[in-house]
This record gives sequence, structure tokens and C-alpha cells, in this order.
Amino acid sequence: MNSLNAQEARDKGRSQRAHLLSIADLDREEIEELLRVTDTFVEVGRRPIPKVPALRGRTVVMLFFEDSTRTRLSFETAAKRLSADTMSFSVSSSSLNKGESVRDTIETIEAMGIDAVVVRHKSSGVPAQIARWTSASVINAGDGWHQHPTQALLDAYTARSHLGSLEGRRIALVGDIKHSRVARSNIEIFTALGAQVTLVAPRTLLPASLSAWPVQVSQDLDAVLPTVDVCYLLRMQQERMTEALVPSLREYTATYGLTSARADRMADGAIIMHPGPMNRGVEIASEVADRPSAVITEQVANGVAVRSAVLFTLLGAGRQQSSSAAYAANVSNELPIQTDSVLAEELAHAEEAT
Amino acid sequence: MPVAERERRMSRPYGGVFVARSRIMDGEDITRALRRMAHEILERNHGSEELILIGLQTGGVQLAHALAATLEDIEDLEQHSLPVCTLDVALYRDDIGIRPVIPEEVTDIPFDLDSKVVVLVDDVLFTGRTIRAALDAVIDFGRPKMVQLAVMVDRGHRELPIRPDFVGKNLPTRRHELVNVTMDGVELGELQKS
Amino acid sequence: MIRHPDTVIKGGRLIDASGEQSGDILISDGQIVAVGQDLQGEILIDAGGCIVSPGLVDLHAHLRQPGKEETETIASGARAAVLGGYTAVLAMPNTTPTIDCAAVVREVLELGRASVCDVHTTGAITVGRAGEQLAPMAEMAALGVKVFTDDGTGVQDDRLMRRAMEYASGLGLTLAQHCEVNSLSEGTCMHEGEWSARLGLPGQPSESEELMVMRDIALARLTGAKIHFQHMSTAGSAALIAAAKAKGMSVTAEAAPHHFTLTDACCEHYDATFKVHPPLRSQSDLEAIKNALAAGSLDAIATDHAPHAAEDKELPFDQAPPGMLGLEYALALAFSELVDGGEMTEAEVLAAMSWRPAAIAGMDNHGQRLVVGVPANLCVIDPSQRWVIDATGGASLSRNVPYVGKEVRGKVRHTIVFGEVVVRDGEVQR
Ligand SMILES: [Zn+2]
Ligand SMILES: [Zn+2]
Repeated sequence: MNSLNAQEARDKGRSQRAHLLSIADLDREEIEELLRVTDTFVEVGRRPIPKVPALRGRTVVMLFFEDSTRTRLSFETAAKRLSADTMSFSVSSSSLNKGESVRDTIETIEAMGIDAVVVRHKSSGVPAQIARWTSASVINAGDGWHQHPTQALLDAYTARSHLGSLEGRRIALVGDIKHSRVARSNIEIFTALGAQVTLVAPRTLLPASLSAWPVQVSQDLDAVLPTVDVCYLLRMQQERMTEALVPSLREYTATYGLTSARADRMADGAIIMHPGPMNRGVEIASEVADRPSAVITEQVANGVAVRSAVLFTLLGAGRQQSSSAAYAANVSNELPIQTDSVLAEELAHAEEAT
Repeated sequence: MPVAERERRMSRPYGGVFVARSRIMDGEDITRALRRMAHEILERNHGSEELILIGLQTGGVQLAHALAATLEDIEDLEQHSLPVCTLDVALYRDDIGIRPVIPEEVTDIPFDLDSKVVVLVDDVLFTGRTIRAALDAVIDFGRPKMVQLAVMVDRGHRELPIRPDFVGKNLPTRRHELVNVTMDGVELGELQKS
Repeated sequence: MIRHPDTVIKGGRLIDASGEQSGDILISDGQIVAVGQDLQGEILIDAGGCIVSPGLVDLHAHLRQPGKEETETIASGARAAVLGGYTAVLAMPNTTPTIDCAAVVREVLELGRASVCDVHTTGAITVGRAGEQLAPMAEMAALGVKVFTDDGTGVQDDRLMRRAMEYASGLGLTLAQHCEVNSLSEGTCMHEGEWSARLGLPGQPSESEELMVMRDIALARLTGAKIHFQHMSTAGSAALIAAAKAKGMSVTAEAAPHHFTLTDACCEHYDATFKVHPPLRSQSDLEAIKNALAAGSLDAIATDHAPHAAEDKELPFDQAPPGMLGLEYALALAFSELVDGGEMTEAEVLAAMSWRPAAIAGMDNHGQRLVVGVPANLCVIDPSQRWVIDATGGASLSRNVPYVGKEVRGKVRHTIVFGEVVVRDGEVQR
């Protein structure tokens, strides 16, 4: 029954472009490849001219239905490092306020000739819907409580740059899991890379069912902390108080906040991560946020390289969504004769490299 | 090269297995060719002082190191004293979006290229498109005094006005053929569709 | 009544509440005038290889008129109904304005009389379905309304529901409840479980339905009212109703086709076509609903046919309106999921779709045995025909079909409403 999907049947025949909608769509190999390509863009970022011509003539649109200057700027910079043209479309400046539907908006933008659209929306699933209505590549820049895949990729990249492989590493995700797209995408990427994830949160801030993920759950941060390689803190939103999900911020901080005393009990070499913006004094003590083991600014810095890697992989590498078979089928009919020779040259390289 | 990427290239429509038909050079031929090329480089540039070797990922990297070692040997220099860099030209290619292009290795050019003589090293020179991309990339790293090109095999079929300065072997080929260069030798063959 | 030519249905398997026999049925003046062998009439309907059954009765259809005529009208909904084998439908009151007074009831019944199907209507329990003040039930009952519901929402206030039950039972009326405790379901858009966790969509627990089922069973015990539970979707609800029946209480309940066909996993791609209230539940709930239908603890299959405009279903999942089409698919889904799944016989499915719902709604002209003298409300079903559900939405003005591409078994060939052949060979005749 679960295979029943009206949309699939309806949209059959629409040309499929590669999208990045969810970490769950990627297998481990694809994640590893994105992280490997990220290495390349970290290097590009260090060059005297931190810009490559790879996506010249391509247009990337920032379609932000929910404001996020940080994420938007990070994507814009990433696109510009690839020499892509960028356009920004924010809800306040668009006609969406006047009752135009998301579908109308994307179809209008697409008519301008775009290659990729970076979508942020307060409702889960909007990027997936948009992907059905456009032939451009859709990149999820955060949708509701659902996913924020580029955040997960930059977090995995940052964690790996400190710890090496995440295989067998222990990672605690602490705080509001239930309402967090960062938590969902990070659970998926960390477990896909072989880490053991423990969710530390009051049950009111956990989804009712956790059977979707191979995670452990604890309400005892003090017991979990000494065992972990990464303590990943989630942002605690003020409105969770008004919804009576926790009694008070004070009690939350006392139970789940990373205080100096708690941070002291972390193992040597263990790192502290946070997706930002931080509530200093709530989920993390101000002093802890400034420790060398807190790699929060590094996370931000890696964001641009990760997003360049995603844009390049989707638009440049001709990759199909998590299916190399579909990918091959797709590319075969657009192969001009000329590329055969390039291919031959490439293959000669490939042969030698092994 | 990661398995995924390799498998992708080896699967349809690019798919196939390289099947060697003839052996063009053996390991000793390679060594001799490198030695001759090294002499030519030294002669052209009046020594090795301003040289920076850049091996093109991935086929040119091993050759660049071997060439550097040969140069060091001839010039009686300390081992690893000649700067050898590596360059992946993927992000400069002219066929991005037409076929799968993915960087394979991180570019490593930790030296200032200004006023240096850059020798690009690659295994096979074919259409010239890789070298075109490499030239653009190099210029993003600085303004070399001169850029020269050393290749182990020039197999012809140029599509751009590019010619090598130092060649191990000129090898007439058919377009569909493949040239496989390793330190053990050079083979000519073709791709058999799997 | 308009005079229709005498019609004979030849060679079918006649199935009704009394069992199965084979034979012909002769219809004249809107009634069955003969049942037997070798009957003759002006119009011949070949029912060879087909089931001839009392017409289906839908206890739960949203016909959207008045107020949302671009998504469905009583006329278009009635066409969808007869194509699905229904000879009578019970319209839900969540229209604009709400069907909560004699004037709107009159309008709906009037439009119904001009349609191809026998359209009955519910009335709202509370004024404007706002859950604050009882609607004038007696005034509506005088026009023939027998079932009252605030469908779309449940009556939240315990004391008000108690009063409604007391008032309705005094008038011999039935109350039907859309069971959903708002304080547990507010802001949610799907079933709470593995899939809501994965998709990051706010989910409602099964308990938001079950708590109201519990409460209403308790209040029915207190007041002695007749209560009908609409679109039961959880294993817990099914168990509660079975227990109440075991204690001899006169509660009845329905299940919708989508709740025995689809699960919450269908929401995977955020296609709001799969958004419905109560939401698609888990696989184990689905199994429980099937079992409860088979056991008879759930009495009826009712469509909860709920047309919506395409642009509304294209809203973000959490903002899109709930509901899906059902009238043209319910019978085939029941045959495919329940009969072919081995849970029920075809006769049991027809009981759940014809005579039992007719009895619950007090529709005396429908679901009757196939005997001389009863109104000729019949349908002829080809049980062997396999077909693939398409995205057109059929006769409905909307297209929110969640079953697109699904192959099903059983197609309604002909439908006869008060002697008139309104569907012939799968085509609506007017
Ligand atoms: Zn309802
Ligand atoms: Zn309903």
C-alpha cells in the first residue's frame, strides 16, 4: 500500500533533475562524496582568488519564504564562488503575500530561466512539493521541523575534520529534537556515517515515536556527557515555554544546559557544536561557547564550502538523485559526440589512478 | 578515486573495461623518456632554479613526482627540493553540465607562482581541453613567468591550439582508442562496453 | 413520480440481507413488481455474471453545496454517487452556511430532488457547528432530518454533548460524532507515529479520537441516546465500540475506505491528497479496522467523500484542507482490500455499504430486500471487472484522489434509483 503515490503517477514524465531535499535521500557513499568535494571547496576558499568558473552562466535563486539572512548569505557566497548568477526572492518582496500560491511563484521564477532554487519555508515538505513543480534543482535550505540537509553536511564535515571518521563515534544531540529540522537531518547524517547517536531531551521535546531512527534516548545529560565525542546542542526556543513543554527556562538550563561544570566532564578531544544562533546562558553557558573545544564558528565557516559542494554536485556533476542507474539513463541522451574524446582522455586518467 | 565515482564512469553509457591491444612502452622506456624530458627542461630553462612542477590530477601527479626526482638527480639536488604541486582542473572544465564532472583530489599549490616557470605535467595529451582548463586554473593562483607543458604521450586529435613543450612519445592513435599510462609502461587499447 | 418504462434486470446474482439467489427483477412504477425467472420488460438490463444488490447508501458525503460549488455541487456529487453504486447519500452539514436550520435543509433537499441520487442530509448539532449552542433539531427533523452531526469537528464540550444527546433522544433522532479532541489535535496534520517524526509534521495521537469515543459511549450510557461514530480510524476506537456493543449498547459506527486502504506512510512525499481527518493511521490500525468491519463491530463503510480544489491541495501539507474523494471508489476498494484480502465476503461488504447504513440513517426506501413492493433502488455490480483508478476524479468537480494508479476489482455497471436507470453501462444517463 505504501507504494501508492498519486503524485508519482501524476508527475510521471516530468523531467527529473537532481535535488537535495533530505539527508534521508542520500546513501552513505553519496554523503562521503559530498564531504570529499567539500574538501575541494575549502581549498578554493583559501586561494588568492576564491572563485572558480565551474557554474558560469547558471542561475541560482534564493527563495526564502522564511527569513534567514545567515543561511541565505552562505548559499549566495557559495554560488558566487562557483561563478553562478544569483537572484534573491524573499516573501516580503514578492507577491506571495497577495495570495499567490507557492506553485505560481515557482513557475514564474522558472520562466526566467533558472538552474537551481534554494528553498526555505516554515512548513515541512515545501521543497519536496516545489521539486514536483519545477525542472530546476531544488535545494532544501530548511523546511519546518523536517530537514536542513546542508546544515547536517557542514556539521558532519566539521565533526570529521576534528575526529576523523565518525564510525563508532558517540554523539549526543541535546535539546529540542521534536521541533528541530537540524536534529532530524543530523540524526540521519551522523547515523549514516556510522556514529552512535544519543538524544538527550525531556520527552516533551522528543517526537512521540523514535522508531524511524537507530538512536538511543536519555534524560540524563550528566551520565551521557563523559562518554561522547560530540555534544551537539540545539537551540531552545522561548515559545516552548508558553506551550508548557518545559516548566521554565531555569529548569531546562539546570537539567539540559551545557554549564561549565558539565563541559569540564567531557572527554579530552571531545567537541561542542551548535547550529546557531546560540542562546548563551540557556542551552550553553557563555564561557563554554568560547572554549577551544566549541567549534561553532568553524561550523559557520564550513557552510560556504559545503554549499558550494552541493551546488556543484547537483548542477555540475550531473548527478541524479541517489540513483546512479537513473543517472546514466539520463545522461545518455544528452551526450554530444564531442564528449567521447574527453571521456577517453578521462578514462585514461581513471585507469592510471587505480 | 572513490568506488562510487569509478563505478559510475565504468557503467553505461561510458561503461566498459579497458582492454589493451598493444604495449607501446615498458617501464624502462618510461624512465628513459623522463630522463630525456628532464634534460630538455633543464636546457630550455637554463637549470632548475625557477621551476615549479604541477602534476594534473590524477594521471599527471605520479609523473610529476618522477620527473622532479629525475631533475633532482641530474642537477644533484637534495631529494624533494623541487616544488611539485598538484592541480585538479575539474572546476575549470568546459564540459561541466554536459557530462559528469567531479573533482577527484584537492588541489595543492602551496607556492607563490608569480615569476616562476610552471611546468604542467600530464600523462596523455589528447584534445587539449584539460590543458586549457589547467591554464585558466594556474592563472588564478598567480602570474607565472612562463608555463610549459610536459606529457608522456601525445596521441594527437587536438581540438584547441595547444602543443606540448616536452613529449615522452608521439603516438598516432584512432579517436576511439585509449592510452593507458602507468609507471610500468604505456598501453594502447580500447574500451569494451560491458 | 415520473413514470419510467418497465425495466427488467436479467440473469444476476441477487444479493440482499436475506442471502443470495439467482433470477430476474422486473421494475415498474419505481417499484420491484416481480422477482423470478424469464421476466420481460421494455428496458432490458443484462446482469449476467453480475451482482444485483440493493443500492448502496453512503452515510458520509461532503457535497460542498451551498458554499463551495467550485469543488462539488449536490448535482455533481450525486452523479459521482450513482456511478459508485449509491442510490442514497447522507450529506454532511459543514457547508457555508452550515446546514443548521430548516432554511438550509430545505435548500439542500430541493437541490437533492433535482439530482440523480436520493440525497438526504444531516443537520448540525450546534449552531454554525461552533459547539456552543444547540441547533434547532426539531425544526430540521420535521423536514425529515434524522441524523445530526457537527462533522468536520467533534462537539468538544461534555455538558453540551450530554444536552444534545438528551434532546435528540427525546425526538428519536440519532447523533453522529466526528471524534477528535481538539486540545490534542490542534495544529496537527497527520497521524502521530514514525512517519510524523520522520517528516517533521505535527501529529495527532490515536487518543485524540479515542478519548471522544470513550466519552460519548459514557454519555450514551447516561442518556440512552443513539450515537453513531463516524470514520473510526484506530485500533483503540474499534475495540471501544466492540466493547460497548458487547455490553448491549445501541452504538453504531462506520469506517472510511481510506482507513482500510492507506496508511500514514502515504504522506511520505508531502502530497496533501493524503491529508484527511481523521488522519491515515498505522498499518496495525488499518488491520484493526479491517478486522472490526469483518466482525461487524464497525457496522458500515462510509466514504467521507470530501472534494477539495487542486490549488488548496497544493498548499503546504500543514495548511492544506483535509479530505479525499471516495464515492466512486469505495465499493471497488472494499472488494479489493476486504474481500480479496479474505476478511469479508461480497455479501458482507454489501451489508456494510447498503442495508446496515440504510438502517442507521433511517432510510426506509433503501437497502431493502429484493422483494415485490419495495422501491427499486438497486445497483448492478460486475465483481470480476478489474480497473485502474485514474486521476480525473470521475464525475466529481474535484480531483483529490489518493488511489491513482491502483488496480482494483469490481465495477458498478448500472444503478437504478426509484425505478429510473440513472447509470447504464457505467455512464450517467442524465
Ligand atoms: Zn469528519
Ligand atoms: Zn466528514
